[in-house]
Amino acid sequence: MKKIEAIKITRAVTELVRRASFFLRGDVLSALRKSYAVEKNKQAKTILKAILDNAAYARKHNLAICQDTGLPVVFIQIGQDVMIRGDLKAAINKGIDEGYRRYYLRNSIVGHPLKRGAPGFSPCIMHTDIVKGNKIKLTLLPKGFGCENKSQLKMFKPTASIEEIEEFVIKAVKEAGHDACPPYVIGVGIGGTADYAGLMAKKALLRKIAPGSSDLEKDLLKRINKTGIGPMGLGGMNTALAVHIQTHPTHIAGLPVSVNISCHALRSASVTL
Amino acid sequence: MKIKTPLDLNTIKSLKAGQEIFLSGTIYTARDQAHKRLVEAIKAGKRLPIELKDAIIYYCGPAQTPTAGVIGSCGPTTSSRMDTFTPLLLARGLRAMIGKGDRSTEVKAAIKKYKGIYFVAYAGCGALLTKYVKKSGIVAYGDLGPESILKLEVKDFPLIVAIDAKGGSIYG
Repeated sequence: MKKIEAIKITRAVTELVRRASFFLRGDVLSALRKSYAVEKNKQAKTILKAILDNAAYARKHNLAICQDTGLPVVFIQIGQDVMIRGDLKAAINKGIDEGYRRYYLRNSIVGHPLKRGAPGFSPCIMHTDIVKGNKIKLTLLPKGFGCENKSQLKMFKPTASIEEIEEFVIKAVKEAGHDACPPYVIGVGIGGTADYAGLMAKKALLRKIAPGSSDLEKDLLKRINKTGIGPMGLGGMNTALAVHIQTHPTHIAGLPVSVNISCHALRSASVTL
Repeated sequence: MKIKTPLDLNTIKSLKAGQEIFLSGTIYTARDQAHKRLVEAIKAGKRLPIELKDAIIYYCGPAQTPTAGVIGSCGPTTSSRMDTFTPLLLARGLRAMIGKGDRSTEVKAAIKKYKGIYFVAYAGCGALLTKYVKKSGIVAYGDLGPESILKLEVKDFPLIVAIDAKGGSIYG
């Protein structure tokens, strides 16, 4: 049994807040640079340049890449041979709180969804997964809400065709349209239950943008980029940087499909203790 | 093209959807909750905390201001969430709005009717946009935190005309 002090978790989370908020992910930067290189629409190119300049400016001046520093979502993969000395969830929220304060991020969290109230920095959303081993991996995804608001879920019939599913994903992107800061990264969860499909769609955003996409992912990306929405929705050939799909076994009676869209400022950072 | 606040009618009429401009002068931030309060105040016949006549509202809730800075990251938020409140504000003299994304049919009609204008700012570029903000201070609804109304002095703030006074739109 490996023992980890809660204070160590807090410090690690505070550092994740800094890394995720100031430094755009390397794979996202590369994808944006590639988009900039191939884009033919003049205004779209200007916008992609501003997006790249923004990432560089944020890094240089320790500024949040986007003012919407998100609802922090923390994925916890905890080894079954790890013992936490202290309160794990309190330690994570403390790390979030300290990080958001220290790095001048935005207090975007209201204490109650209906009563609202004065916004604060926490609590974050936590997803916990128990795995083998004696390590703990923490991943922070500060999710901006312009794009989170465009999430969708549809419970398809089990006999639905791939074409119907593709149409649903493309429709979700079209409905996000100009609003949610394209070029997007599209997370899709297929299978499981309604809640699990939603979680998979979000987790799909954590996957590194890299070669090796499935045929369905490639086809969807091509079709999404043909919509012509473009950067900031002002036209162009780059509407999405990537489509990432996660699947899971499901029930004979159903076929849940969830879409979680990320803006171009897709931020996340991980640490293993 | 460079333009300055307050925006006079001739300037507004000369601007066309798709045009890139650089704005200097005074603008106010206001987003969801501030809009709700402004509209409630108008309906209750109360005095507003800002002068709406010829005002420019920027849909923005900035990150906290770093010790050495003027403002934290300050890009635009999604404009369509403000759509239900906007026609009344335009009727009361609001001149221009800055945000991101398309507007409702009602807002487009109100822009045309009251000779307003809607700009979009570089979306998701909040760090870069801090360069163009020279002064910032709270003027109302401080309890709303990032949703409070700030008065900003901007210099050459880069914008694109999204919906012009004649109803022309970059979104078709």
